[in-house]
Amino acid sequence: MTQPKMRLSILIPILYTLFLMLPIYWLVAMSFKTTGEILSGFSLFPQTWTFDNYRVIFTDPTWYWGYINSIIYVSLNTVISITVALPAAYAFSRYSFLGDKHLFFWLLTNRMAPAAVFALPFFQLYSAVELFDTHLAVALAHCLFNIPLAVWILEGFMGGVPKELDETAAVDGYSFPRFFMTIFLPSIKAGVGVAAFFCFMFSWVELLLAKTLTAVAAKPIAATMTKTASSAGYELGLLAAAGTLTIIPGAIVIYFVRNYIAKGFALGRV
Amino acid sequence: MKKTYQKAWFLVLPVLLLVAFNALIPMMTVVNYSVQETFGNNLFFWEGLGWFEKLLNSDRFHAALGRQFMFTGLILVIEVPLGIAIALAMPRQGIWVPFFLVTMALPMLIPWNVVGAMWNIFTLPDIGLLGYFMNHTLGIDYNMTQDPFAAWATIITMDVWHWTSLVVLLSYAGLVSIPDAYYQAAKIDGASKWAVFRYIQLPKMKQVLTIAILLRFMDSFNIYTEIFVLTGGGPGNSTTLLSIDLVKIALGQFDLGPAAAMSLIYFAITLLISWLFYTLMTKDDVK
Repeated sequence: MTQPKMRLSILIPILYTLFLMLPIYWLVAMSFKTTGEILSGFSLFPQTWTFDNYRVIFTDPTWYWGYINSIIYVSLNTVISITVALPAAYAFSRYSFLGDKHLFFWLLTNRMAPAAVFALPFFQLYSAVELFDTHLAVALAHCLFNIPLAVWILEGFMGGVPKELDETAAVDGYSFPRFFMTIFLPSIKAGVGVAAFFCFMFSWVELLLAKTLTAVAAKPIAATMTKTASSAGYELGLLAAAGTLTIIPGAIVIYFVRNYIAKGFALGRV
Repeated sequence: MKKTYQKAWFLVLPVLLLVAFNALIPMMTVVNYSVQETFGNNLFFWEGLGWFEKLLNSDRFHAALGRQFMFTGLILVIEVPLGIAIALAMPRQGIWVPFFLVTMALPMLIPWNVVGAMWNIFTLPDIGLLGYFMNHTLGIDYNMTQDPFAAWATIITMDVWHWTSLVVLLSYAGLVSIPDAYYQAAKIDGASKWAVFRYIQLPKMKQVLTIAILLRFMDSFNIYTEIFVLTGGGPGNSTTLLSIDLVKIALGQFDLGPAAAMSLIYFAITLLISWLFYTLMTKDDVK
């Protein structure tokens, strides 16, 4: 490609990222404004900077516990999903067995179920097994869509590892668990990272099920926010500050996987 | 050829149990409700296929389904070509690449209700950046809580903002996997830019694009939180998509029977379209 063309075409991603940043900028700007300033009219930058909105969140337990709850069930879900998905993905990628293709497709169909469909039955199911309002309930419920995705991603990455590796290890006298942990797992490190990233992402952003399955003890931050939005009327600054803080964990996670993003989004299938 | 090994089932068992617990039991509850009528107090009466019949003939369901198809159709038509175009324009290497990738992935990691709240704040007529710009700088009357057209434009823009990056990142992953030799060969043959796109880049992106379109279809067809927070389905019922209507019936009116019947029809439609699409897109690979 010629040089001038290159320079011109880079404008497209630049404009696109600008478009992506605008609403985020507005949210962050709002979070530093006083309620008075927000309601008095339009200002592109905060006129009087205030940290009050953040102070409220960091000192009020109902607020900061929302974040802690969310992080607990998201981490729990990621660990459960990856742990059970690893052996399953290995089975799908290395062996053929009775009904394997149907099972794989059935798993994926669970990714297609609208969460709205499951909200009420989930509430009843988790109340019945006495897990309602626990972190475990949300973590297990999110397995519905995260396990299929994790199996799908890991299977893609495992497919890229030559089968000779397994056979050589068997000849060398490695037991299966030892081979899996010390040789196979390190060779699909990137895949595990990407799968964990996706599990984190979809569990972190989901609200409907998380809200349905919790009341007080495990209430996610997103639910605390919706409550503020409806009950306290017009606390936009506070809402903006809470929203801004929910972006941070995602940003940290992206930073860690930044080198795998391009390949990872292809789920190892390119 | 893969080895046939029936004991591999044991490796799949934990996944099977966990997903079955979450999928089959609630699904059975839904099926159970869908054939019964309740007047509260845990009293249920057999209703047969009555709810399904009523629902399939109801104008309200048709309207919500129509809006749902319009929404999903519009965002696919916008996001897929736009995503491919942005991926093509991205530099293949250099310091810009990680910057672009990270900023583009950011919207996807924001909780869905925050996405809705963020766009709400962004579009408030006199306070929001976009709302102020439209009303006071451009002089266009823009208020999405009153004007259905503005509401639709806003939910479409929000979804484009939220998810186009998925198409970009997937297409980009396909593009960077094309060896340089392909381009050099095309240059020697004097291939046009269009020919390079049509015969080299597009086929290489096909697999990832299939994933992108499938994920976008499934997620946009199931969209609930963002739109609920942003418009609440209004003004009137103009942005009441399937999920929003379903939650209104199930949790708002507590009409369990009709809601369950609707859930099953809804799920069946999603499944059918995904399956059709998947079969069509992968047909050539099987040969």
